Amino acid sequence: MYNFEFEKPGSIADAVAALGSEDAMPLGGGQTLIPAMKQRLNAPSKLVSLSGIAEMKGVCVRDDGALSIGGATPHAVVAAEAGAHYPALAGLASHIGDPAVRNRGTIGGSLANNDPAACYPSAALGSGATIVTNNREIAADDYFQGMFTTALEEGEIIVEVRFPIPEKANYQKFVQPASRFALTGVFVAKYADGVRVAVTGASEEGVFRWSEAEAALSSDFSASAVDGLSVSPDGMIGDIHGTPAYRASLIKTLTKRAVAAAA
Amino acid sequence: MPKDSGIGASPKRREDVRFLTGAGNYTDDINVAGQAYVHFLRSDVAHARIKGIDTSAAAGMPGVVKIFTGADFEGVGGLPCGWQVTDRHGEPMQEPPHPILAQGKVRHVGDPIAAVVADTYEQARDAAEAIEVDLEELPAIVDMKAALADGAPKLHDDLTSNLCYDWVLGETDDAVVQKAFDEADHVTTLELTNQRLVANPMEPRVAVGEYKRGTDEYTLYTTSQNPHVIRLLMCAFVLGLPEHKVRVVAPDVGGGFGTKIFHYAEEAFCTFAAKACNRPVKWTASRTEAFMSDAQGRDHVTKIELAMDKDNNFTALRTNTLANMGAYLSTFSSSVPTWLHGTLMAGNYKTPCIQVNVKAVFTSTVPVDAYRGAGRPEATFQIERVIDKAARERGVDPIKLRRQNFITEFPYDTPVALTYDTGDYNGTMDKLEAAADIAGFAARRAESEKNGKLRGLGINCYIEACGIAPSNIVGMLGARAGLYDAATVRVNATGSISVMVGAHSHGQGHETAFPQVVAEMIGIDESQVEIVHGDTSKIPFGMGTYGSRSLAVCGSAMVRATEKVINKAKKIAAHLMEASEADIELKDGMFSVAGTDKSVAWGDVTLTAYVPHNFPLEEIEPGLEETAFYDPANFTYPAGAYACEVEVDPETGKVTIERFAAADDFGNIINPMIVDGQVHGGIGQGIGQALLEGCVYDENGQLLSGSYMDYAMPRADDVPFYTVDHSSQTPCTHNPLGVKGCGEAGAIGSPPAVVNAVIDALQSGGKNVTHIDMPLSPGRVWAAMNG
Repeated sequence: MYNFEFEKPGSIADAVAALGSEDAMPLGGGQTLIPAMKQRLNAPSKLVSLSGIAEMKGVCVRDDGALSIGGATPHAVVAAEAGAHYPALAGLASHIGDPAVRNRGTIGGSLANNDPAACYPSAALGSGATIVTNNREIAADDYFQGMFTTALEEGEIIVEVRFPIPEKANYQKFVQPASRFALTGVFVAKYADGVRVAVTGASEEGVFRWSEAEAALSSDFSASAVDGLSVSPDGMIGDIHGTPAYRASLIKTLTKRAVAAAA
Repeated sequence: MPKDSGIGASPKRREDVRFLTGAGNYTDDINVAGQAYVHFLRSDVAHARIKGIDTSAAAGMPGVVKIFTGADFEGVGGLPCGWQVTDRHGEPMQEPPHPILAQGKVRHVGDPIAAVVADTYEQARDAAEAIEVDLEELPAIVDMKAALADGAPKLHDDLTSNLCYDWVLGETDDAVVQKAFDEADHVTTLELTNQRLVANPMEPRVAVGEYKRGTDEYTLYTTSQNPHVIRLLMCAFVLGLPEHKVRVVAPDVGGGFGTKIFHYAEEAFCTFAAKACNRPVKWTASRTEAFMSDAQGRDHVTKIELAMDKDNNFTALRTNTLANMGAYLSTFSSSVPTWLHGTLMAGNYKTPCIQVNVKAVFTSTVPVDAYRGAGRPEATFQIERVIDKAARERGVDPIKLRRQNFITEFPYDTPVALTYDTGDYNGTMDKLEAAADIAGFAARRAESEKNGKLRGLGINCYIEACGIAPSNIVGMLGARAGLYDAATVRVNATGSISVMVGAHSHGQGHETAFPQVVAEMIGIDESQVEIVHGDTSKIPFGMGTYGSRSLAVCGSAMVRATEKVINKAKKIAAHLMEASEADIELKDGMFSVAGTDKSVAWGDVTLTAYVPHNFPLEEIEPGLEETAFYDPANFTYPAGAYACEVEVDPETGKVTIERFAAADDFGNIINPMIVDGQVHGGIGQGIGQALLEGCVYDENGQLLSGSYMDYAMPRADDVPFYTVDHSSQTPCTHNPLGVKGCGEAGAIGSPPAVVNAVIDALQSGGKNVTHIDMPLSPGRVWAAMNG
């Protein structure tokens, strides 16, 4: 690890100001950034911790019925507090990493990093969530722009994520044996106006919606509705843990399982 | 009724109190006043010529004490290989130099190029980044077959090729072997890979070198399984130091699994640099460094053929193996695919004709050496996989086929150079069939099928050669060391005992089990006996712990030394009681005169030994301390039968282990609880190999599985509850305790059981899959089902 400055502001405004200096980086729970810095793979001049900003923490239901989660809320808090309102989301949060990761890692940090095998991006995209930053609201469909790439601009902070609560939902994670990130994960959510299916871990483009399955499930929310569909291996990740064809197969299997579990 | 002390009892492990309460003393806990820290600049390419190293900018960086390169080590030796293998033509193996820091070339990712010693670790690392290395990249040599092809680029310019040796054991006449195959009723052939593994002990390697100018004495603290071996190799072959001026300490060591047997460059470096810098020098490996510098395991590619007659009797076995040595010969690397592997190719079976051919190959990868089991898992995997395939091809029950071919008469001379002294393979299989509830399998399979899962049962037998090893035999086979061990039993005046042993405990529980033996022999409480190990200044010259040898070899030395102590104590007791020595009996810590009520306590005799006022000084010396060296007459031959039941998810290929039963014959057992633990750990490691672990290089020699993000270690939820039975006991015939060793059995016996079970499951689901190479990851199993 190289030397760096450290600030822990108490407000969003102070955090934005602190991030104005060159090569400054926001620090959520540090579950990705800190190991990268220890390996000397990342060398910010300054870390601006977001963990001291009370207005960015917590879980509540908004007047419009959406579930609001502060950007600096750790996974363990989501797991504990979101369950009454959005059990599939709480279930997802409860299986991220290990207890240490869940107690430090935050939803905003995960979405800002947009690891192609992370769990939260599939929930946000699969729920049609809104990513609220310090200066705008971004629809999930516009937010995710490929592996480790998002609509966030330099110095922009995720302060809140709003999840419309579905009628039914389920997340199926098939773990990569070493990292236990999602080798492939599928988030299925059924809303009054249709079904959303978001896939993580599988595509070279990061999290994506499986639109054919969404169409089929919107007219018939049953596992068998997906039977006739298949996912092309083109563009899927191939690595020592699985081929593109394997990941494509998992998408279908996990989608059916998610639907069965949700129904 | 289980005993509560002594041999056969299961007292809790006394060392665990300090390990579990954070009071252990590991090498990284050792800090010497004034110490500096070293960071090694390691190659990030697999194969390159070093055109130049410019350390000038780095040398002026804050805190830098001294920067070393290969040129600083031209006056000393390289790391030695401890075993010379002679090839099939009678020629010695090709043995390239292995410098402390790279000289002329780098040969694997992680090969150390330079070492920076600085006041702090961060300063050393900063300065290392300022070193400019001019490398001319050369083709990586990763695939073994390609490495042996005509015109392949050579890793070591001075060798004739990348072939280390071409070795044959068993029937050397190819025509005789071919005739046996020609006459066979059936031949089963299998090509398989025993994949490369990273040992990954929880504690990474650490070395602290210290030099005292006033007395010209060195101390090396290091994470080692055998401090005396390290001292000998480092002094005699690398640095040219007198042994009596060098102390090597291996304190608490957090797991070894073989990879801490070997003498490493970092150990010699820290010792050398301590004098050169006139400061203690400390190195603690990061996990990343461990992945690219700890000797790795396995990495065999094999074709095996099994010939049978019309009645399914095994008539011949032929194997051809390519064994990866990596870039250099690690300390015992050459012996692993040969004398620790080829000699086990008879397995538990009376196959009359066996030919084993091994070609060892240099590649631009991390060196490969012994890893829990060392050669024996590779042998067992081949034999037991091909037998399972043969059973399927012949439509016979795999247990019946094994039983039919078991060796049943002992001693048994195998066609591959070993003499099994004892065993009862049918009896052990009986224990397994009960422990695994083989009879209930069909019902369990039906239940799994109801849940949409495929269930399979895999059987495996193993034999291993442990208690390494008779020095005269291994000497003939090329070992450059003896393989005896030693113990000193020092009785204190008050009767308590310190036993200094050559074995080293790094998780095995010696501090608990060894006292059980001494306490039982004398009849005193175990708490009165303490084991001292891991410090060359305290212990006699023993060879350390590996190859499941500690109790069979060092424990035997301890028994012999204790016998000497008892014999001398009886002379003292006889003198005190004015009786004949021949009439003295020792029981429960009391010496008595047979046929009388005269007795004297152990403590009175020991006190007399050190306060010899009333003592037969004209016959014996005062004091009560004896040493014994024990050189075994033969290897020991633990054997067993394992059964694994798996479920396979046909949609995802995910394998879960539902049941695992192990029946082992370890001969006599000192502490059954510790034996259970050793078997549990070994099976866990074997399941890791079978389902999870794999060290993968890409075609450029870059390590793709270089961290725990991609190298899958087994975790608690990957393994089942085990059923372990070690009541099948045929005591070793040639050591005083009748013990065989249990440390590696689980890792040897479990991988084939798991793979056999998965194949059985897939076959039951109508999938014509006959083999999948390990690890049987979900992706590989799915691909096999859908191939």
